[in-house]
Amino acid sequence: MAKMMYREAVVSTIAEEMARDENVVCLGEDIVGGMGTPGGPEAIGGIWSTSTGLFGKFGADRVIDTPISESAIMGAAAGLALSGKRPIAELMFADFIGVSLDQIWNQLAKFRYMFGGKTKCPAVIRMAYGAGYNAAAQHSQAVHQILTGMPGLKVVMPSTPDDVKGLLRTAIRDDDPVIFLEHKALYGMKGEVSDDPDYMIPFGHARLTRAGQDVTIVSTGLLLGFCEAVADKLAAEGIGCDVIDLRTTSPLDEETILDSVEVTGRFIVVDEAPPRCSLGADICALVAEKAFASLKAPPLSINPPHTPVPFARELETAYLPSVDKIEAAVRKVLSYR
Amino acid sequence: MQLSRDALLRAYRQMKVIREFEERLHVDIQTGEIAGFTHLYCGQEAVAVGVCEHLSVEDKIVSTHRGHGHCLAKGCDVNGMMKEIWGSREGLCKGKGGSMHIADIDKGMLGANGIVGAGSPIAVGAGIACKIDGKGHVAITFSGDGACNQGTTFEAMNMAVVTKAATIFVFENNHYSEHTGFEYAVGTNKDIASRAEAFGMKVWRGDGTDFFSVFETMREVLEYVRVPGNGPAAVEFDTERFFGHFEGDPQRYRGPGELDRIREMRDCLKNFRKSVTDAKLLTHEDLDALDAEVLEAIEESVRQAKAADRPTAEDVLTDVYISY
Repeated sequence: MAKMMYREAVVSTIAEEMARDENVVCLGEDIVGGMGTPGGPEAIGGIWSTSTGLFGKFGADRVIDTPISESAIMGAAAGLALSGKRPIAELMFADFIGVSLDQIWNQLAKFRYMFGGKTKCPAVIRMAYGAGYNAAAQHSQAVHQILTGMPGLKVVMPSTPDDVKGLLRTAIRDDDPVIFLEHKALYGMKGEVSDDPDYMIPFGHARLTRAGQDVTIVSTGLLLGFCEAVADKLAAEGIGCDVIDLRTTSPLDEETILDSVEVTGRFIVVDEAPPRCSLGADICALVAEKAFASLKAPPLSINPPHTPVPFARELETAYLPSVDKIEAAVRKVLSYR
Repeated sequence: MQLSRDALLRAYRQMKVIREFEERLHVDIQTGEIAGFTHLYCGQEAVAVGVCEHLSVEDKIVSTHRGHGHCLAKGCDVNGMMKEIWGSREGLCKGKGGSMHIADIDKGMLGANGIVGAGSPIAVGAGIACKIDGKGHVAITFSGDGACNQGTTFEAMNMAVVTKAATIFVFENNHYSEHTGFEYAVGTNKDIASRAEAFGMKVWRGDGTDFFSVFETMREVLEYVRVPGNGPAAVEFDTERFFGHFEGDPQRYRGPGELDRIREMRDCLKNFRKSVTDAKLLTHEDLDALDAEVLEAIEESVRQAKAADRPTAEDVLTDVYISY
């Protein structure tokens, strides 16, 4: 095991897989940074430092710094994937799916199906998402609810450095298109990371991070840590919470969720995207439909409100689900008779 | 003209296959036996064939919603294509793609595309792959005068130049983007190639109703792009669309006598026949024999499509993922 940051887990995994397989290539805006400037290549190295050093190691053919052309980046990833390469394309901010969605949704996600199963499309689309930086409505969104609803995509949301390592390696070696959502506020998170060069975490397998008998809490990404803090606090009062990290929203590990609810009978899901047609609503429906007989309280989804992400500190704090809101929700489902 | 007798016969046959394939679709769509939206390529055959006759299976093409001609020219099986358009599970894409989504990756045909302008970014990726592999292969994107106004096309042209992708932008100007005239919709100097030139590409222009113009132009374009490090190029072919935007289009935007005139004066098959018979390279008998052979091949493809297995409800669920 090695101790490293979430962002270091991203770049080290990419470097290891590029060294292992010459078909792996990277592309994106400023992933080299400084191209065409007096400062020269790698004057930046990616604005999230998730591609630092790759250009020097692997060269311009395999580390492709692109203009600000998100449709062309996603489309080029699609074309590379259809041509035998294994592209890792970076969208600097997840919010930019707006200008590139056709290539993700109508192209990458659908090739295999439209072409009758006669192709594979091994592309990874990495993007930084999430609130917490006062970056306002166009640079703070969680977009998993949009992408999870698209057949043909797999959607991954790592919550720890170790999950970045294991899930990103699985994504790069996967033959289907994978959306890899990295939370901006987690890039500096430090943790123990496996140093097994073949360490892979399979998709569709959630992780139980806290165990308890009274309430099931499902989340992923930044908010998972909030849920764990609530579980730890309530444990001191003798209230036991199962905290489940989904890891991937597509495929979804229904079994782990339903097994837990069968025991606890009380369920909340904590989701960073707005409530309508959300992951939270989707999983509440799952629980209501498939664990109805076990339920002792209505399933509850904790989301931001149905608004864009606001700018000012006070507003963004009020927008995001917080430890207090999650604790209140747990107490609410516990109080239901 | 440097083409052998066999090469000439093959080029004519390829164009004739596309023509008769689609003339037959035009009939069978009217009976209601073929479902969905279909966009016919008739009139533009010299472009698809004049381009693809230069290509190997290692070269890639990316096509459009008007893609039957590109597919056939790149080597997709006629029977598999017909079955696909009839929605059979024996079709090239098991009846899951249909007219606008036919692909055959093994033949280097990376897909027709229902989204106007979506193909060019994909061809940039394929062209980057060709550049990385360094074997002189190329990726070609076909776009119309409609797609030349999409932002994706501009992004793709710039990115191809920046990355030195081995990509060729083939613009087929048939003067209509859906139901709107080129004169109205293309806002610059009524010249698509000059747009590509503005992005820093070397460009060519040719007559898309003349196989020999297309073929000779593409020889030069390909000689240039196949040299590693040269990067992309673009070419504009002026051509004609013999049918509407989609099958069923009443074409009220056409001028009086326009369709008769272009069928008479701007038909690439007639032009080819005249050129090769005037030059005594082939005889009318040679070409008539091919015509009969092609008509029978198309008839056979329809017989097969009608008899082929239909997909089942279970087939809806397969081929979404390799593993899930």
